[in-house]
Amino acid sequence: MRDPTRVLFDAPGPRARRRHLAIALLGVAGVVALLWWIYQRMDEKNQFTAARWEWTIDWSAWSTYLVPGAWATLRAAAIAILLSSILGLLLALARMSDFRVLRWASGVFVEFFRAVPVLIMMLFAFYFLSINDWTPSSLNPLIGVVTGLTLYNSSVLCEVIRNGVASLPAGQREAGLSIGLTPAQTRRTILVPQALTAMMPILVSQVVVITKDTALGYIILYPELVTAARQLGSRFAATLPAYVVVAIVFILVNYGLSKLAEYVERFQRRRGHTAGPVADSEALDKSMVGPGAQATSGARMGGPGTGFHG
Amino acid sequence: MLELIEEFNLLEAFWMTIKLALWSGFFALIIGTFVAILRVSPVGILNFLGTAYVNIFRNTPLTLIVVACSLVLWGQLGIEPASRDSATFIADLNFRLGVIGLSVYHAAFVCESLRSGVNTIPLGQAEAARSIGLTFGQSLRHVILPQAFRGAITPLGNTFIALTKNTTVVAAIGVAELALAMKNIAEFRSDVLLLGFAVIALAFVILTLPTGLLISHLSQRLAVKR
Repeated sequence: MRDPTRVLFDAPGPRARRRHLAIALLGVAGVVALLWWIYQRMDEKNQFTAARWEWTIDWSAWSTYLVPGAWATLRAAAIAILLSSILGLLLALARMSDFRVLRWASGVFVEFFRAVPVLIMMLFAFYFLSINDWTPSSLNPLIGVVTGLTLYNSSVLCEVIRNGVASLPAGQREAGLSIGLTPAQTRRTILVPQALTAMMPILVSQVVVITKDTALGYIILYPELVTAARQLGSRFAATLPAYVVVAIVFILVNYGLSKLAEYVERFQRRRGHTAGPVADSEALDKSMVGPGAQATSGARMGGPGTGFHG
Repeated sequence: MLELIEEFNLLEAFWMTIKLALWSGFFALIIGTFVAILRVSPVGILNFLGTAYVNIFRNTPLTLIVVACSLVLWGQLGIEPASRDSATFIADLNFRLGVIGLSVYHAAFVCESLRSGVNTIPLGQAEAARSIGLTFGQSLRHVILPQAFRGAITPLGNTFIALTKNTTVVAAIGVAELALAMKNIAEFRSDVLLLGFAVIALAFVILTLPTGLLISHLSQRLAVKR
């Protein structure tokens, strides 16, 4: 598909090309000036001395801080992804259920936990467990992080699935009912599977959100990557390098995941088994979706290629 | 409950959250619009810079950005956006560092919202602007951006709601807002932890719910009729 923003201007002629070159040079000059200023500033504050960077080739720095930090981040993210997928699916089924009480309860749950910041829930869960002494206190930070992430993300996923079901053509449901399935069977066996397929790109990009939000564990002393960066920074007197390295790790992992989401989206458009439109993986970061927002608000309609294939 | 609000200065914390959201929203809008212009501009290298900005800041955890603002920007590089003569030096400093972190992070999302707003504009609009001889800058100013902002109200509003909730992250650098109040309540008055959670959760519902309603109202009122 052609990028629609490309038509904002004509194919440049010789004069426009010269002007664009001038603007490009100006832009590059601006960036170079900015980088130079940062370089100067860092140099002035002795950020480039070998002592600050030596730890990067010291295996103990990695094995004591960064590798355990990455493992902790990964573990919290993995548990949270698993739990929020399960809970999100259950919430979605409850929210579409025939029983008013279930619908109502799920609705309240979802709306509440989408409106409250993840950090507030993490703090609450962490201190609640610390006070009540039900769990080994060494596990409290992990449980706190996972609880906060799960409550929020399962609510978001519930809405994603619900939007996915809503975006399916009405014929899918009617066909299910007409062959004698109950409404609940129709939802479980026909609608939700197709919604999950259509929403797969969003579900993958939700993984990015969860991975980023594990960093909130820093505040409740969960030993994840940002905490590791702080400890490593003060141990080796290398604050700036430590944060730079951790930021690069996060950017690479999350960028890779977003690319995967885009790939899944293209794949589904080409040959996905869904009757509905495939969601846009870039329908904005889902941590950005507030109360009342439609998860698929930014979604473009799938092209004619996304019709009935299966 | 009133006692709790008084004991932990919850009203001040509430006001601090609002201030953080408004200032960061303001700066994020400015930076984000600038980056969005870079991303739709006809010059390849500027596109690249805009894309790089979005990919870097969208994929870094906000916690990391905010903590780095305090420990690296101020602690290591000595960038000090507050005056040492001021009586409230530490509070000012942390507040402003927090606003810097929140602004650069959310600017990436503002940029993406505006770009999705640009994508809602039919091609004919841009073509018409060009065919009556408007330059890129003129068509951007008079035709594209006004419609882009109106088409982007929903994603921009969602960004602002998320920003409001994300202000809690600056508790990591000690700004006295609602999340820090929550932490204080948990540490000093653990007997009323549940009440504290309820009050603070309610505060966020009070902040985000009307914003959400306002956005859906505005997006309907201001939608470009086509």
